[in-house]
Amino acid sequence: MLAWFDANTATILNGLALGSVLFLIAVGLSLVFGTMDVLNLAHGAVSLMGAYVGVALYGAAPSTGMFLLAIAIAAGVGFASGGILAAMVSPVRNHLRQALLTLGMALIIAELLQEMFGADVRSVPVPEFLSSTVSMLGNPYPVYRLAMVAAGIVVAILLYIILERTRAGAIVRATVADRAMVEAIGIRTKVVLALVFGGGAALAAVGGLLAAPILGAQPGLDNQILLLALVIVVIGGLGSLRGALLGALVVGQVQTIGVSMVNEFASFLLFAALAAVLLFRPQGLLPARKGAHT
Amino acid sequence: MSATNTVSGMTAGRLGTQKLLHPSAQHPMLRLAVAVIILVVLVALPFVLAPYPLSLAGRALAFGLLVVSVDLLTGVMGMPTLGQVAYFGAGAYTAGLVGIHVSGSGLVQLAVGTLAGAALALVTGAVAVRTAGIVFLMITLAIGELAHISVGSLSVVGASNGLAGIPPVSVLPGGEPLIVPGYIYWWVLAVFVIGFVAATIVNRSPLGRSMRGVRDGELRLRALGQNTYSIKLIAYTIAGGVAGAAGTAWVAQTQFISPGDLGFDMAAFALLSVVLGGAGSLWGPVIGAGLVIFVRDWLGGYIEGRGTLLLGVVFVVAVYLLPRGVAGIKWRALRRKSSES
Repeated sequence: MLAWFDANTATILNGLALGSVLFLIAVGLSLVFGTMDVLNLAHGAVSLMGAYVGVALYGAAPSTGMFLLAIAIAAGVGFASGGILAAMVSPVRNHLRQALLTLGMALIIAELLQEMFGADVRSVPVPEFLSSTVSMLGNPYPVYRLAMVAAGIVVAILLYIILERTRAGAIVRATVADRAMVEAIGIRTKVVLALVFGGGAALAAVGGLLAAPILGAQPGLDNQILLLALVIVVIGGLGSLRGALLGALVVGQVQTIGVSMVNEFASFLLFAALAAVLLFRPQGLLPARKGAHT
Repeated sequence: MSATNTVSGMTAGRLGTQKLLHPSAQHPMLRLAVAVIILVVLVALPFVLAPYPLSLAGRALAFGLLVVSVDLLTGVMGMPTLGQVAYFGAGAYTAGLVGIHVSGSGLVQLAVGTLAGAALALVTGAVAVRTAGIVFLMITLAIGELAHISVGSLSVVGASNGLAGIPPVSVLPGGEPLIVPGYIYWWVLAVFVIGFVAATIVNRSPLGRSMRGVRDGELRLRALGQNTYSIKLIAYTIAGGVAGAAGTAWVAQTQFISPGDLGFDMAAFALLSVVLGGAGSLWGPVIGAGLVIFVRDWLGGYIEGRGTLLLGVVFVVAVYLLPRGVAGIKWRALRRKSSES
């Protein structure tokens, strides 16, 4: 069936779909860095946890109900692990040691996942109600990938509204701008930061789950996801929602076009994109202003 | 955050003036004696160890040299890196390819592998050293992972199966190949000593002083008219060469290299070794490296290959039990030493 595809349309749409789930994952990494000033190197491992939730749940029965349940559980597992990581990191002040701590947690999580699910590639089926195809420009295209794009758009809009239009978002932005002042008006910033960390990790887990039908789940995938998320965050600019979105779209396209055109050299293209941005805009394409995340 | 930054900045400045005087200047004879004793023990290992532990010791030495390279950047220059596995891989794969197709000589492989590591470091470092701190860590992680993924997809170097069939090295071109485990180990030890001495010379040279200057106050250095970008790039290139040499030692020992040898774990363990051993002193991290290989390959063997899990726990524990951070280890040890004398 793939042979019928007009190659370019499919590749670009695939890039868009990959970019959308990568956005879900990277935006959490970026927001945690922006608010807590912590580089969470366990982010990829949390994402892989989400993928294995998919393996355990609708891997057995790819029904609609199981899919929705898996999303809820992945979000819950992600949120909890984010909260734990935040609690572990908060007494540690030095950047390098924070990175080492999350690096250690990444190794522990990855080893435990391998212990539970084995070292083989586990494929995750597309949930039943999204398994059909639609016609895009005369070519059949899987609905699931369009749903991934939709999920990315919905989350981007929701995050924008939460951060920019609600009281909770205002507190988060204020915490970034001046933590002591927010403490002084009686808000416990540690709780705020733990919630942001948890939220970011929940997004990572859900992103990993949504990507699982395409990427599968296997040891080592956590590091590849972390790598893509880091490249996105550096290209887009640290701590900004718009930056994560733009970076994810760029990386999604570079990755899919690279793999389809020059498979063996796809990772060089990724580095070239990273280097090009760093050379001309070291702060990233759309960096956050202090206290503003969009 | 700004408050803590100021405090840590002040501490760094105060320690910095002391650190500029090289600590080893205090007891040169004692240090030399200890170094000679350790070297004698290392040389004697083949007479007392069985082949498997001996190959483990060889791998630990190769990994130790990789850690020296990480320490040059992380400890001496204050730029934490997860990317040295890329240059380690460049050296290892180049040495392996040279070994298969061109020359069995370890010296030739060492030279070419070191150059390959340095060349790749020069190209990628030109981008990486434009950043600092945690962003530098992110970029170097990206470089390491990209190298890892690249060799895993390049069919020329065996893709994910790795590069197998590397013949044992000889010392000189056309010489007898080293087949006895003890001889191979001595070759690895020789590469380690050459690399370590080179790193020590760099560390004590004016460049080393500039590198510590970058760590303790890059702005001040720039204000003095130094071009810190080229200092960082030169240091990065040298460290890449040391990592490349470590890679050649690694393949000489294992006669096999696969993408798994330059994965995220390896990069993480190298950084862990530096932190465990005490960043900035070149000896400490080597001991840390020995500890890491011991836990992962030796102890891990007894608990059904859970060495990585164990090291993950070591990571977390190390962060909490060394509350003064990377520099704390070194300073506590130094103070003890000065109170003894």
